[in-house]
Amino acid sequence: MKIRLSRDRVRGEFVKRVEMISGQDLLQCYQCGKCSAGCPAAFEMDILPSHVIRLAQMGQGEELAKANSYWICLSCQTCTVRCPRGVDIAKIMEALRLVTLRQKNRNKVEATALPMELLVELPQIAIVSNLRKMSG
Amino acid sequence: MKIPYYPGCTLKTKAKDLEDSAIAAAKVLGVEMEELPQWNCCGTVYSLSTDDLIHQIGPIRNLIRAKEQGSDRLVTLCSMCYNTLKRANEFFLADEEKRDRINRYMDEEMDYAGDVTVVHLLEILRDEIGMDKVKAAVKKPLTGLKVSPYYGCMLLRPASIGIDDMERPTVMEDLLRALGAEVIDDPYKTECCGAYQTVNRKDVVVTCVHSILTSAQGNGAEVVALSCPLCDFNLDNRQKDIQQAYAGFHTMPVLYFTQLMAIAFDLDESVCRFELSSQDPRPLLKSKGLIA
Repeated sequence: MKIRLSRDRVRGEFVKRVEMISGQDLLQCYQCGKCSAGCPAAFEMDILPSHVIRLAQMGQGEELAKANSYWICLSCQTCTVRCPRGVDIAKIMEALRLVTLRQKNRNKVEATALPMELLVELPQIAIVSNLRKMSG
Repeated sequence: MKIPYYPGCTLKTKAKDLEDSAIAAAKVLGVEMEELPQWNCCGTVYSLSTDDLIHQIGPIRNLIRAKEQGSDRLVTLCSMCYNTLKRANEFFLADEEKRDRINRYMDEEMDYAGDVTVVHLLEILRDEIGMDKVKAAVKKPLTGLKVSPYYGCMLLRPASIGIDDMERPTVMEDLLRALGAEVIDDPYKTECCGAYQTVNRKDVVVTCVHSILTSAQGNGAEVVALSCPLCDFNLDNRQKDIQQAYAGFHTMPVLYFTQLMAIAFDLDESVCRFELSSQDPRPLLKSKGLIA
């Protein structure tokens, strides 16, 4: 993957936005990979959690917009509690979801599109938590 | 001991088995869980963003409802409600400016100071009742029943609100031993079940739960015990999908820890609401002589 770095990007709007929403300092991450090693959903992610953080540090918003990682994230907090640098990775994943969801018509799951038989089968706890993570 | 109780939405529908068995079993131990006269959905997941104060309102309102009952404590059964209420209170206490903003926004409510402690029933059993007293209440020990406790995420993480050690919890093991069960230790007991992906990425849940259940089975478990209605849905109902995805997968029953308490205390079987289980636990329980 070719990545173009510049001061404008690394200190740009995208980094500021992610840091503001998550309350995390992205540069605290020193890329040890412990989050990726313990992630129970990494098998389905196209970019591993530690690589997501690296791309975010470098201001690569366009690359990250293509990734599925933060939509696959389970918010299980395993990465967060194991990070040796105290980075709350789950909060960064949430910020990346919100960067998309706070734009118009960018919901990952539409409540109105869920089929009735699925709504009948699922407990409320599944529907509410999913829509909290996947829609704005 | 009387304590205000917050059920949460799912305990009134698909997880009625958790609520009914818990209330009946706690009563045996002298714990009267009194449902809040009024409550609302906690939001199910704690908001992980700094600037999203509106999602803290739901859980905080429930804590105010507990305050109105003259209590500084609130007990929960659902792991997700526990996590959301407890973390919202932690957030509320940590930041004075945001606390003021939330209080001002809820101008029809009394000002809240962050002084309601959210507890899970497992904590009350361990810290206030004690496992000796639980053991003394057992009339029908779960002898020979091989149970693997499954904690999932929301009872344990993050550590600041967890009810036990986040990597090596033991509270459910201690409870199950007090009930007379044979405890099966399993390395997947704190691994996520796939959570809300069950709505639009069922395949992720199928993979996660297959790992969890086959690991427990490989260690000799006959049944899994848990406390979260979302874990329960994924571990129990999604077994039908696991069977389709993995040839040779054997189904197994999944029970709430409170159902196992109710069985061991020899309570009326109706409080266990076994009919709500997707994988019927009754054949196994009958074969062990635990139910008629």
